[in-house]
Amino acid sequence: MRRPSLTTLRAAGALSATLALALTATACGDGGGGAKSGGELAGTTVTVAGVWTGSEQKNFKKVLDAFSAKTGAKTVFVPSGDNVSTFVGSKIEGGNAPDVVLVPQVGVLAQFAKAGWLKPLSEKAATTAGGNLAPVWKNYGTVGGTFYGLYFKAAHKSTVWYAPDALEQAGVTEPKSWDELLAAGRTLADSGRPAFAVAGEDGWTLTDWFENVYLSQAGPEKYDLLARHELKWTDPSVVTALTTLAEVFEDERLVAGGAAEALRTDFPGSVEKVFGPEPKAGMVYEGDFVGGVAKDEYGKKPGEDAKFFPFPAVGGGKAPVVSGGDAAVVLKDAENAEAGMRFLEFLATPEAAEVWAGAGGFLSPNKDVRPEAYADDTARATAASLVAAGDSVRFDMSDQAPAAFGGTKGAGEWKLLQDFLRDPSDPRRTAAALEAAAAKAYGN
Amino acid sequence: MDRRPDTTGRPGAARDSDAARGPGTGRGPGSGRRAAGRGAADPRRRALRRRRLLGALFALPALLLLGALVAYPVVFSVLRSLFDATGDRFVGADNYTEMVRDPATLKALRNSAVWVVVAPVLLTGLGLVLAVLTERVRWATAFKLVLFLPMAVSFLAAGIVFRLAYEQDPDRGVLNAVVVGVHDAFAEPSPYPTARAREGKGLTGTPAGGYATGEVRPGSAVALPFVGVAPGAVPGDAERARVPESAPGALSGTVYLDFTPGAGGRPGAVDAREKGLPGMTVEAVRDGRAVAETRTAADGSFRLDGLAEGSYRLRVPAGNFAAGYGGVDWLGPSLVTPAVIGAYLWVWTGFSMVLIGAGLAALPRDVLEAARVDGANERQIFRRITVPLLAPVLTVVFVTLVINVMKVFDLVYVIAPGPVQEEANVLATRMWLVSFGGGNDQGLGSALSVLLLLLVVPAMVFNIRRFRKGGSR
Repeated sequence: MRRPSLTTLRAAGALSATLALALTATACGDGGGGAKSGGELAGTTVTVAGVWTGSEQKNFKKVLDAFSAKTGAKTVFVPSGDNVSTFVGSKIEGGNAPDVVLVPQVGVLAQFAKAGWLKPLSEKAATTAGGNLAPVWKNYGTVGGTFYGLYFKAAHKSTVWYAPDALEQAGVTEPKSWDELLAAGRTLADSGRPAFAVAGEDGWTLTDWFENVYLSQAGPEKYDLLARHELKWTDPSVVTALTTLAEVFEDERLVAGGAAEALRTDFPGSVEKVFGPEPKAGMVYEGDFVGGVAKDEYGKKPGEDAKFFPFPAVGGGKAPVVSGGDAAVVLKDAENAEAGMRFLEFLATPEAAEVWAGAGGFLSPNKDVRPEAYADDTARATAASLVAAGDSVRFDMSDQAPAAFGGTKGAGEWKLLQDFLRDPSDPRRTAAALEAAAAKAYGN
Repeated sequence: MDRRPDTTGRPGAARDSDAARGPGTGRGPGSGRRAAGRGAADPRRRALRRRRLLGALFALPALLLLGALVAYPVVFSVLRSLFDATGDRFVGADNYTEMVRDPATLKALRNSAVWVVVAPVLLTGLGLVLAVLTERVRWATAFKLVLFLPMAVSFLAAGIVFRLAYEQDPDRGVLNAVVVGVHDAFAEPSPYPTARAREGKGLTGTPAGGYATGEVRPGSAVALPFVGVAPGAVPGDAERARVPESAPGALSGTVYLDFTPGAGGRPGAVDAREKGLPGMTVEAVRDGRAVAETRTAADGSFRLDGLAEGSYRLRVPAGNFAAGYGGVDWLGPSLVTPAVIGAYLWVWTGFSMVLIGAGLAALPRDVLEAARVDGANERQIFRRITVPLLAPVLTVVFVTLVINVMKVFDLVYVIAPGPVQEEANVLATRMWLVSFGGGNDQGLGSALSVLLLLLVVPAMVFNIRRFRKGGSR
C-alpha cells in the first residue's frame, strides 16, 4: 500500500484521512503547463496521471512545466486518487487513457504489464535510464524481460529520525549497529525519555521495521525470495528477525508508553511524539518523509533539530536500504503515446529530477543528479545514501505483496505484526500466522 | 413472484376462454368448469380474465424491477458463493466451510450475535422509557426534537465524532477527559510515574510492585538509585543528592536520580551532578510488615529513627511510581464493540422513542384513567397497562431494529482503529473487507452475504406476517 502522501499526513488526525480521500477523488485535473509557441511538440498535449496531491503535485507540475518549456507540448496532470489500478482500468475502458501514469507499487506495475496496457520504454529512454539508474531499479521496472517502468521518484525507508537534544541530554551518539541502537535506546530511557515512538496503529510502519531488520539480517537474496513468497514465512530467518524485533517491542524502555500506547499511535502521532511540543520519545523510525512532517507540522529544521541516522546493520549483515518509489509508464492505448514517451525520456535525465529536487520533498534514484540540486543537507544525505547503496537497495516488501497480505488495514501482515507488537512473546506463532495469511493471498 | 405463472401461461388461458365461448348463459365460474368443453359465453368470467390480465400487466414492471434488482442478485450471489476467488473454479461448499474455519469470520459472527441481542433490546427499552417520560414533561416536543436530531446525522459523520470522543488521550477524547477528571479528583497522582530503579544496583522489584533492598541493619546508610525521570519532571526544589551519615539505631540513605544529564554518569554511584528525588515514600520492613515510613527531603535523603536491633529491608512502594490514570481504553480489543454499539444507540434512540411515542399517543386513555381511578400507581400502570398495550408497537420497533442492526457497517468501519478492526468486525464489514477491501475473494464474500441473508430472513418473515395481520384486522 502506498504511504499516505505528505499532504494527507499534514491534514493529520486519523479521521481526516478519510475526508482527504474523498476530496482527492472529487478533485479534477487542471492544466499543468501552458504550451509555448514553437518547439517540436507544439500542439500536442501530454496527459499525466499520478497519486500526488498538495505540495507533491505542485512540485511535480514544475517538472511538467520544464518539459513544456523544452518541447512546447502542453501538459495536463490528472490526480488518480489512491487506487491507481482502478483509475487506469476505468480510463482505458472508457477510451480516455492518460498518456503517462506514475505507478507507486511494483505489484501494480506488473499487473498493468500483464494486462498488456503498457508500452515498452523507447530505446532512448531505456539507454538513458540504464546509464544512470542502478540495475536494481531497472529490474523493478521490468516485467517478463521487457523494460516498462522508469523509476523517477524514490523514498528512503531506512532512516531513524531523532531529536538531537534528546540524544545529547542522554549523552549518547548516533548508533552504528543494532546492539548500539538498543543500548543507546536504553540509556535514552534512563535519561527520562523513552527511545522510540512506534506508530503501531498504522500497520505499514511495522512492516517497514520488519523489512529493515530482515533485509540486513537475512540478506537481499532471502529478502527477494520472501517478497515473492518463494520462501515460506515459517523459515528460521523470519523467526530470527521477529525475535530481533521483539527485543524492541517487548521493552517498555524502548517503546514509548509500551505496546498498548504504540498501538494507539498513528504515523503523524509518532512524529509528534518526537518533534512535537511535548516530546515523549527520542527517536522515530520511518522513511525520509519524517523530516518533511517534522518541518511542516512542528517547524523543525531537518539537519538541525530533526536529524537522522541510517538504520543500523543487524547482526553481521550490511546496513539495510529499503526503498519505495514511483515509476513512470506509457500506456499503449494513449492518444499521444509518442509524446508521452518523449516525456519519459525527459524524466530519465538528471535535469528533470533536479527541478523537483530543488523544490524539496523528493529523492531521485538517478545517480547523475548533482548533490547541489537538493534543497537541503538532509535530502542530500538521504539521496547519497540511496544512490550509494546501489544494487543492495530493496523495494518495500509489503508493496510487492498482494494487497490482501501487505496493504490492508486490519488484515494480513499489518494486523499480524500489530498483534505481535501487542504480544511479542512467541515469534514462531506469528511466523506461522504470517505464512498462513501469505499462502492465502499469494495463492502459491 | 407467485404471479409469474399467470403471465407466462397467457396463451393457455386464451385457449381456455375460446373453448368457454359457446352455449350457456350467465353462470358462475364453477358452473363454467362443469360445462367444460362446450363452454358458455360468460361475460362475467371474461371480465374476470381481462381483469387478471390487466393486473398482471400492471404488475409486470414492478416484477421486472424486482427480478433484476433483488431476485437476480440473490441468485447470482448464491451461485457466486460456490466458486473460488477468481470465479473460474467450482468449489462447492468450500467457501462455507472456510467461513466457519476462519477465526476472523467467526469473530465477526460472534460480534454480529452480540449486536443483534444487545442493540435492539437496549434501544427498545431506552425508547420506551424516554417515550413515557417525554409524555409528561412540559417541553416534550423540544425534548423529542433534540433526541431525534442524531437521526439526521449520517453514520459516517457520527462515526467520526465518536471516534474522537473515544480517543484514549484525555486531551482529545471527551469521554476519557471525564473519566480521568473524576478519577483524579479522588486519587492523588504519584510523584514519579516514569521512574524505575537502576537495575542490579541494590534494588529489586518492578514499578508496579514497588522495590525493596536486601537485608540492612540500623546504623547503616544506603543509596537507592533510580532512573527514567526526565529533567523537567524532577521537582524544582530538588538539590544535589547526598548520602547522609549513618546514625546508630536509624536507617538512613538517599533516593536519587542516577543519571547525569549529557553524560550518563556511573551507574549505581552518586555522581557530582546527580539530584535527589524529594517526596519519595520509603518504608522500613521487618518480617513483611512496614514498621516505619518517611518521605525523602530535597536532597533525596531520608532517615528512619527508633528502630530496634535486627535486620530490615527498605522498601520504596509502588505508590511512588503508579502511572497516571490513563482512562478507559474504549477502542481496545475488548471494549470496541460495546463502544460502537454506544454510538449506534446515540443515533437510533430518537427513532425508537418517536415510534413508541406515537404508539403511546394512540393508547386508549380511558383504560389509563380507569386504572388511576382504581388507585394504581404509575409503576403499576406502566408495567401492567402501558407495556402490554404497546406490545405490538414494541415488537415492530424491535424487529425493525434487528434487521437494521444486521447491516450495520459504516459505524464499525469508521470507529474501529486498524489494530482492532478484526475484533470489531461484524458480518457486513467482514463481507465487504473479504470481497473488496484487499482480499478480493468475492467467492467467500458471496458466501458471507448469503449467510447474512439467511439470518435476516426470519426477521423479515416475522415482520411481513405482522404487517399482514395488521392489514386484515
